[in-house]
Amino acid sequence: MTIRVREAPDRRVEPPAPDVVGRGPWELAWRRLRADKVAMGSLVVIVLMVLVAVFAPVFAHVTGHPPNMQYHREGLTPDGLPRPPNSTFVLGTDDLGRDILVRIAYGARISLGVGVLATMLTVVVGVVLGLLAGFLRGVVDLVIARLIDVVLSIPFLLVAIALVSVSGPGLTITILVIGMFSWASMARIVRGQVLFLREREFVEAARSLGASDLRIMFVDVLPNVLAPVIVYTTLLIPVVIIVQATLSFLGLGLPAPAADWGGMISEAQNYYTVAWWFVLFPSLALLITTIAFNLLGDGVRDAVDPRIGRLVRPR
Amino acid sequence: MSDPLLVADHVTKTFTARRRASRGGSQVVRAVDDVSLAIEPGETLGLVGETGCGKSTLARCVARLYPLTGGTVRFDGHDISTLSGRRLRPFRREMQVIFQDPYGSLNPRRRVGSIIGDGLAIHHVADGSARREQVQHLMEVVGLNPEHYNRFPADFSGGQRQRIGIARALALRPKLIICDEPVSALDVSIQAQVINLLLDLQSDFRLTYLFITHDLSVVRHVSSRIAVMYLGRIVETGTVDELFANSRHPYTRALLSAVPPADPDAADSREPVVLPGDLPSSVNPPSGCPFHPRCPRRQADCELAMPPLDPVYDDGPDHLTACLHPLRAGEDLSGATSDGAA
Repeated sequence: MTIRVREAPDRRVEPPAPDVVGRGPWELAWRRLRADKVAMGSLVVIVLMVLVAVFAPVFAHVTGHPPNMQYHREGLTPDGLPRPPNSTFVLGTDDLGRDILVRIAYGARISLGVGVLATMLTVVVGVVLGLLAGFLRGVVDLVIARLIDVVLSIPFLLVAIALVSVSGPGLTITILVIGMFSWASMARIVRGQVLFLREREFVEAARSLGASDLRIMFVDVLPNVLAPVIVYTTLLIPVVIIVQATLSFLGLGLPAPAADWGGMISEAQNYYTVAWWFVLFPSLALLITTIAFNLLGDGVRDAVDPRIGRLVRPR
Repeated sequence: MSDPLLVADHVTKTFTARRRASRGGSQVVRAVDDVSLAIEPGETLGLVGETGCGKSTLARCVARLYPLTGGTVRFDGHDISTLSGRRLRPFRREMQVIFQDPYGSLNPRRRVGSIIGDGLAIHHVADGSARREQVQHLMEVVGLNPEHYNRFPADFSGGQRQRIGIARALALRPKLIICDEPVSALDVSIQAQVINLLLDLQSDFRLTYLFITHDLSVVRHVSSRIAVMYLGRIVETGTVDELFANSRHPYTRALLSAVPPADPDAADSREPVVLPGDLPSSVNPPSGCPFHPRCPRRQADCELAMPPLDPVYDDGPDHLTACLHPLRAGEDLSGATSDGAA
């Protein structure tokens, strides 16, 4: 843009600078996150895991082992037990002679997919309900706050088992069940923040400009609750992944031939004394993914709000 | 004189503080009690009073940020006291507020350009590059560097932030701006700059101000008329010159005596009057005249009757006082009459 001629002549002594763009809170947070080695390492691990999930068919193609193909001759010992890692089956085989490496790659699709989708559902429902309750107060708040209390006091696993056994196992029901039970904590966090924010003067300023409630909620209040929401979201993904694996472990995940980590660990239960690789590798995949998300979440929390919870690390 | 731009008529605002049932139910706080005032186009009405007397509550009632408990507010001849939401929006455009706290009143997560342009966006006045142009023009008008359009409020000092607040209030070209202690959070050196900016803008844009402050030297500098508030009520109103020269209400006199004189050695520099006690609770206001427990001139009838806000002695209709025993010209608070002083 062109530089306007200003009244104060001393200002013009400086060479004309390009457009001054303030570093926003988000840009500063991203810079802090970039400097956090642990968080960036975790991010790399997560990206690798996502790549594994996306390119799962490549694993199948390169090894020549489709995820559900049972190799009764090459994949099982003469006794019918799983084979340990070898040149054909890099991470060994399972009890049906299937390639564990390929199945872990396909399992990543389920774990990450459910993790992201169920978390998104949680965030959208939790943020919208929390915002409405905290901002509108009154009857809306009363209903939503009591609903949060009810949801948080329901024993999750029992009801999840009941619901899934009624509807039959499947991806959609898994996502819905997880979303149904985890929005409440998110809504409670958002509601608390909004209760504080709605009394701030900038909300009054927006109202005096003629902004509608909806506009104030989403344009003025929402950006100010985004920091805790983002932190909670990154920490929610690993929880959701674990919950999904738990449901699969209990036989409430995807139907039998599908590869998913919780299901694989469940199938390995009877074999862990004779086939360590069968239980170890799916568990490691689960562990590495959830730890990476948790460490990233810690880093995001430090980056987004540097005032609280930051450990002073020695150099 | 033309019709008043804003008329507040018997405005009352109460807040209910809930307490435990065992301690006797709820308490009602009368923050603004039966206040009537009018603001003429182009003038500045200074509203003064000590902290907690209801100045800001009155401003928020007039700006319809709070619903009224009683009374009416008329803006430009229209009764706006019961309008809500969409019906109120056209009036919001004509009446803007500058807030006291330059930190709390700007959204920390939004860029300055979008804060100043918020009104333009809400009322669909300008979009895209037209909005940007208008916002940058406003920034120049209030003395900000328009290149800082994309910065965040945290990048600015207190005085600059208050200029942002002024630019936001100015964006919709309102007729009335309610300044709620616009300079009391600022350094004294910055205060003068911001006040001069407000005065310049008033003549450039033909603005009307309701100027709230507890700083009497500020109000003397900016206002044409003054209303003095005590415990949710207006106790005296009049033109600046009239009030500073010839105040009738003991509370006004005590307030004015607290203004530091321009020349401390001058012969007529009065001793400040120190009022005993604190502002009483508006939950349980004193009977009769609310000022009587602290008033050096109180008499028996002060506890019984609420004095009306009327002209006293030979005052014209522009100088109203709510006092049963108002001071005469030249009389000072101790009761003695000093000759020739005015």
